[in-house]
Amino acid sequence: MPSLDDLKKRIKSVKSTQKITKAMKMVAAAKLKKAQENAEKGRPYSQKLHNIILNLTKSISDVTNAPKLLVGNGKDQVYLCVVITADRGLCGGFNANICKLAKKHFKKILKEGKDLKIITVGSKGHDQIKTEFGKYIIDKKSFKEKKQISFKEANEVGNKIIELYEVEQFDKCFIFFNNFKNVITQIPQAQQIIPALINNGEKVKNETSFYEFEPDEDEILEDLLPKNVSTQIFKAFLENAASEQGSRMTAMDNATRNAGDLVDKLTINYNRSRQASITKELIEIISGAESL
Amino acid sequence: MSQEFNIEIISPDKSIYSAQVEEAVLPCFEGQITILKDHIPLITFLRPGLIELENKKKFYVEDGTVEFSNNNLLILSASAQSLKDIKNQNIESMIKDTEEKILKNKISDKQKYILNYKIETLRQLN
Repeated sequence: MPSLDDLKKRIKSVKSTQKITKAMKMVAAAKLKKAQENAEKGRPYSQKLHNIILNLTKSISDVTNAPKLLVGNGKDQVYLCVVITADRGLCGGFNANICKLAKKHFKKILKEGKDLKIITVGSKGHDQIKTEFGKYIIDKKSFKEKKQISFKEANEVGNKIIELYEVEQFDKCFIFFNNFKNVITQIPQAQQIIPALINNGEKVKNETSFYEFEPDEDEILEDLLPKNVSTQIFKAFLENAASEQGSRMTAMDNATRNAGDLVDKLTINYNRSRQASITKELIEIISGAESL
Repeated sequence: MSQEFNIEIISPDKSIYSAQVEEAVLPCFEGQITILKDHIPLITFLRPGLIELENKKKFYVEDGTVEFSNNNLLILSASAQSLKDIKNQNIESMIKDTEEKILKNKISDKQKYILNYKIETLRQLN
């Protein structure tokens, strides 16, 4: 049985932890609102870009001569995986979930006898992946100092990927990130970005319109597809940022509640042992008086 | 009948501008294009320059993609900024940066063409 003093100290420490987790929850809630807004604001761009590309691909007559970023280079040997995680911890299963999904894919790729290359974005994911797949990591990026991730950072990652593609360092590229569904649900996702998988039965909205292209389709596609890679990555960044805050908010909410439960339990313990010691003292006094 | 059509300028972060206009002048890759209502559907991309709307609103862009269909003009650009915003920045240092880039030997003719337009536009603004 711990002494009264010990219990008192324990209660105090749990209470101050609770204060911290509560504050973190508040901060995450405020940040979540902003991140969610950003994610929503970013959606039209990627959607409309996607639409334009759909319209363009429809009018390509010669598929074999289409840009490689769109249809692939015909090989299926080297996979590049970009794992996007957060730079900070204390956000529940957020980072672990992405890494789990990514590792599953890595194992599958290696099992099929294919080559694997990994780029990690965010320091937490790098830490988790390097123990098992460290030798496959070719680059790591971290935007810890940046307060808010802008398109510039996404572009940096996107350009790097395209540079690698142009010198034929890989054949297919996947990105791993958390898709923000709502505050409590975030779904880890793998998305193929190179070659841009577009012909999977999606319907084009403006079926009737035939476009005039200036210059011709190929040149526009060449200009557009690298942008699409960056845009997809930026979208993943935004979704991830919102998911991170949502996940942290839930985690910190749970932690605050747990701390509250613990304080209640400890307080009952404390009161009991205080009462016990008082009773003990009383018995001592009474039995002392009786023996006189 | 009104001669207006919808225009929307969107950057990856947000929607920059959205309104009804009668006329828009775009700095397209192969020359300036003016778009009026009922233009035929068009997809093209931009070089550095100014997007000019009839109500004296101007936007600076470095690149971007344009789609016009069903009287909706959509401009997707990562670098679009309204002229007011860009005037607060240091245009001179931007010109200098671009000039340095042009002097590097590695760049292709296409890039050179784009950078030249960028310098020209920035000089005009200055």
